[in-house]
Amino acid sequence: MSVREEGGLHAPAHAPHGDAGHAGEAPYAPVFVGARRRELDELLTRYPTKMAALLPALWMIQADRGWVSEEAMAEVAQVLDLTPAYVKGVVTFYTMYHQHPVGRHFVQVCTTSPCNVCGAEGVVDAFLEHTGCRELGVTSPDGRFTVIEVECLGACGFATPVMINEEFLESVTPAKVPEIVARYK
Amino acid sequence: MGYPHAPHPRETVVLSKYFGDPEARTLDGWKARGGYRALEQALGMDPVAIQNLVKESGLRGRGGAGFPTGLKWSFMKIGDGKPHYLCCNADESEPGTFKDREIMRWTPHALVEGVALASYAIGAEMGYVYIRGEFTEPIERMTAAVKEAYAAGILGANAMGTGKTVHVHVHKGAGAYICGEETALMNSLEGRRGNPRIKPPFPAVAGVFGQPTTINNVETLAAVPHILNNGAAWYKAFGRADNPKSTGTKLYSVCGNIARPGNYEVPMGFPFKEFLWDLCGGPLPGRKIKAVIPGGSSVPILTPEECEGALMDYEGFVTAGSMLGSGGVIVFDDAQCMVKQIARLARFYAHESCAQCTQCREGTAWTTRILERIEAGQGTMEDLDTLLDIADQMTGKTICVLSDSCATPVVSGIKKFRHEFEAHIKAKRCPMLPDTTPKIAAAASAAAA
Repeated sequence: MSVREEGGLHAPAHAPHGDAGHAGEAPYAPVFVGARRRELDELLTRYPTKMAALLPALWMIQADRGWVSEEAMAEVAQVLDLTPAYVKGVVTFYTMYHQHPVGRHFVQVCTTSPCNVCGAEGVVDAFLEHTGCRELGVTSPDGRFTVIEVECLGACGFATPVMINEEFLESVTPAKVPEIVARYK
Repeated sequence: MGYPHAPHPRETVVLSKYFGDPEARTLDGWKARGGYRALEQALGMDPVAIQNLVKESGLRGRGGAGFPTGLKWSFMKIGDGKPHYLCCNADESEPGTFKDREIMRWTPHALVEGVALASYAIGAEMGYVYIRGEFTEPIERMTAAVKEAYAAGILGANAMGTGKTVHVHVHKGAGAYICGEETALMNSLEGRRGNPRIKPPFPAVAGVFGQPTTINNVETLAAVPHILNNGAAWYKAFGRADNPKSTGTKLYSVCGNIARPGNYEVPMGFPFKEFLWDLCGGPLPGRKIKAVIPGGSSVPILTPEECEGALMDYEGFVTAGSMLGSGGVIVFDDAQCMVKQIARLARFYAHESCAQCTQCREGTAWTTRILERIEAGQGTMEDLDTLLDIADQMTGKTICVLSDSCATPVVSGIKKFRHEFEAHIKAKRCPMLPDTTPKIAAAASAAAA
């Protein structure tokens, strides 16, 4: 996991600590082949332009690879008749696309005002301590976790909401954190 | 109902009736609860007649702006030969707001029906539901509901056997508050950066893919089938007799320092004080409410005194000095530092600014820095004037209202809680935090003074 698919000129600027590795020699394997290609082709029937499938296509890349590399951006650009620079412009606009490898479990703790007044800062501290990440945005030495603070997750009545990968946890308190961390291997 | 709590007897449950009922999520369960009758009826009607019915009901947009829904639909010229589109704004990201999330989690078919119905009423064959990327469960529920509706022939090229074409497609966002702004949402849906567009042209003229488009909030669209089923007069009857401008029921999300956070549905014009104390249980034990933001973080902050006589509808909240907004009620109690919380809100806007307008890009960042400086005990009295000056420069001068939204809590916060700002500046620290000044140093500086 978290093996860098690239190196050289376009190496990500903010590679995390941990097991990012240096397997830069491996050739890039395209995402949009076989079933994924068919899925994308089917999706294209839902929009009047190819460009509209860009966000869903980037989601597919992230689902398969864990992050969106420069090679993947170039591939999706070719598939959708866009330029790599255009795709990069879009990728960098949105916060949910990872531009470098992250831990196996990506933890997002909501810390916007309504959660802040309910103790979200304590939840962040508990995750940083129990995952071994220590610092926000840094992957734990075992490669298991990356913890970030996120702006409003839209579940303010269930403070503090936490997203771990695609899983949405409600009403998390610092006391619950050790048990939650133990669930994600 | 007050999900996750049991419904309160004083609620009027229309949209939230089946929150917490897992059977309502399936097509069979939804049909057993009266689902898709409204769509079937609508597909046999003239689209303009549906527009008129919704106009007559008085339904207004529930996303924040409160624009009359039927009037918005009537801007779409049926039969103009162009493809029309409906966009459902499910990018719910306004801090304090989590009502659309519950509609999609518990009653996804209510929204599919509303989207299909509205699409038909505006002459669109495609309705896109743009859901924020973080809403993994709502996306899953909506995708499953759309799939079920296609399999049952409710959606498609021969919707409900009427020969009409109605498509619905779920589109997943990727993390950007600004995509809740209607033109930013359209750019995002087209596969672009989510920068808001200059208006005009308005969406009804040139919206998504350059075609006539209507964009409505989740709660607005979920209300439409009820209007078809029960009539405009039934819908209009919810609300206060002396204010025909606000009709129907409204879902409020309540969060922060409150005994029973959750979603509550009440008719327009409900007394805000009774809402906060009776339905939501008032402050936590031993605490007092210090401030309330009634309509999501972008509307002016109210003091408890201002909440006292407020009535919960578009006009009532304006009279009280704020706005209904999205219906996201955020409560702060006396254990909270208002400077810290306003700084936290400013940080949110600084993070979410798309950065295309100077006033917003620079203003949100500088406002955050100054507020955090004051909270850290390094502020000056001049900072307060600077903040108000920046806020003035940020208001009414940008492509969209994100900039104004950042200025709003700052201006209302300084106006109503100026003493807290001044206390920080005078004490050179946050008075709500324990004094960590070393005793010897404190004595030395006292002696020096």
